[in-house]
Amino acid sequence: MIRKALWLSATSVFLTLFTVGGHAEDRVVNVFNWSDYIDSSIIDDFTKKTGIKVVYDTFDSNEILETKLLAGGSGYDVVVPSGNFLARQIQAGVFQKLDKSKLPNLSNMWDVISERTSKYDPGNEYSTNYMWGTVGIGYNIKKVQAALGTDKIDSWDTFFNPETLAKLKDCGVYVLDSPADMIPAALKYLGLDPNSKSADDIAKAEEVMIKIRPSIRKFHSSEYINALANGDICLAVGFSGDVFQARNRAQEAKQGVEIGYAVPKEGAQIWFDQMAIPADAPHVAEAHEFINYMMTPEVIAKSSNYVLYANGNKASQQFVDKAILDDPAIYPDAATLEKLYTVQPYDPKTQRLITRSWTKIVTGQ
Amino acid sequence: MSNAAVTSASAPATNADQSILARLGAAFVGRLVIIIPYVWLLFFFLIPFIIVFKISLSQTAIAMPPYTPVLDFKDGISGFFAGFGALSFDNYAWLTQDALYFNAYVTSVIIAAISTVLTLIVGYPIAYGMARAPATIRPTLLMLVILPFWTSFLIRVYAWIGILKPEGLLNQLLLATGIISQPLIILNTYTAIFIGIVYSYLPFMVLPLYSSLEKMDYSLIEAAKDLGCPPTSAFWKITFPLSLPGVIAGCLLVFIPAVGEFVIPDLLGGSQTLMIGKTLWNEFFANRDWPVSSAVAVILLLLLTVPIMFFQQAQARAQEQDK
Repeated sequence: MIRKALWLSATSVFLTLFTVGGHAEDRVVNVFNWSDYIDSSIIDDFTKKTGIKVVYDTFDSNEILETKLLAGGSGYDVVVPSGNFLARQIQAGVFQKLDKSKLPNLSNMWDVISERTSKYDPGNEYSTNYMWGTVGIGYNIKKVQAALGTDKIDSWDTFFNPETLAKLKDCGVYVLDSPADMIPAALKYLGLDPNSKSADDIAKAEEVMIKIRPSIRKFHSSEYINALANGDICLAVGFSGDVFQARNRAQEAKQGVEIGYAVPKEGAQIWFDQMAIPADAPHVAEAHEFINYMMTPEVIAKSSNYVLYANGNKASQQFVDKAILDDPAIYPDAATLEKLYTVQPYDPKTQRLITRSWTKIVTGQ
Repeated sequence: MSNAAVTSASAPATNADQSILARLGAAFVGRLVIIIPYVWLLFFFLIPFIIVFKISLSQTAIAMPPYTPVLDFKDGISGFFAGFGALSFDNYAWLTQDALYFNAYVTSVIIAAISTVLTLIVGYPIAYGMARAPATIRPTLLMLVILPFWTSFLIRVYAWIGILKPEGLLNQLLLATGIISQPLIILNTYTAIFIGIVYSYLPFMVLPLYSSLEKMDYSLIEAAKDLGCPPTSAFWKITFPLSLPGVIAGCLLVFIPAVGEFVIPDLLGGSQTLMIGKTLWNEFFANRDWPVSSAVAVILLLLLTVPIMFFQQAQARAQEQDK
């Protein structure tokens, strides 16, 4: 996956350079976004409307994006990091401030979301929201029913309780290979501060994870979409929209696989993917046009309808499918929203602690 | 050959001018032949290595790039030399403080060694069969060995997920034929890693083996047979020793990339697999600690190249003695 992402991006950058060299008059914008994260017709529409060619390239982990940005000269004009990564990248000087005069559609944004994203990007100077969602539990309804005698999961206890999870071991459990998402969830389950930087707290989270480790088949941040959809596994801790995509693929495949998603009642992480422009972006004007276009209510609604994530655009809600808007797992109600927590970026020392802890959980060493 | 050309060219010019020119030309070509691989090594090995080594002596920072610059020419030559004081081997000391890195190195070497032996066992009969096949069909066989390279490496490894998974092709076949009654769990285990490495690197083993077996004089085997040597001992006494250069080349071509392999363990292996490639990835991407990950890479390189250089020297000495 990673090598593929690198190759794809290397190729696309090469192609971009080539295109720029070939037709200097063509306008281009190089976009780097998460995989399976847009309705591709939006890109075609944008090119038709503005004449700007979009070189669209994808990644599947914040780490890959961050490393490219920190190395500099990535050649991208619009990138979509998650909030906690964005905050640190702003500090490192990776991004340029948005020229808000070129973004009239900013008026469509939803204050509830903007307020939360300003924790990462004070005043939303550098970024604007693309999509947001939660980290929760995706599960195969029939298999969970057979193993646990219930078809409804609503608590972290199903996952973090070693005895319960052991019953699901044989039908398969996948977990995000991402300490920044999993350690805070374990802390929340323990009733501790999900953003705790204390070594003792992290050790407690590690202990909880090690107890359930024997029941986990794989740690991976994207494979669970297919694995859930194909019925290969019965539970995955993953990103909300990814689980919904698995649900839809399973419905299309008509193999009788039904997928459910739970935002645990103890509270779950809410994350924000933010569109931003690198400081060394070669096509700044085109980048602003692209971001502004993505904030058009009809356009971003189309994207939400396709990727099944909520967006931070208030005006778009009248165009979002009613089934999606009314689904509390996608657009949580006020009471659930209250319980969701955000994750703050780690300082290098805590990061090392967390990564080391994670290696111990995953490999046993 | 080039040495001879160089000495003769620098010898006193007693011949006609034209002959000197010709000799100079030959000397130049002779040198060029040696220089090209060295230039290649300089640009694609030595310079990247120096850059990585330099990063391994710096410290992390929240910046672009994410480490403190050391030995920079920004402050002129004096700044460059003053920079030597800022160098630190802390990152190397760090690697000894946590058993993680040592264990990862050891696991990688063990996995690579087992895979290499398995590849040799699978590859030798293939190469032998190819070398003994009628000369007319050999090019076709050679083509078949190389053919998989026409498909992306990544797609071929992904295909193995479809074959090995619990509901995959292999299990369906074995269940249908009644050989097993429960699906085998192969995917996400060490077995799957070995299968992936053996499959992916097989051509690198077969090709050097084939080229050394093809050159072999089979009248030697006939002579052994005439003298009453049974086929198995003829193989171990004649064929195998003669193919040894191919065996060594093949094993090195498989072992070296397998130690640093990242994609196959990531896709086919279980999460518990701790290989140095993954450790490096964690340092580089998760911790954003380029200096420590560079130190891991430098040590890996030394662990691989130093034994191989000693081995080659020993071989060269053995060959000298044979003469």
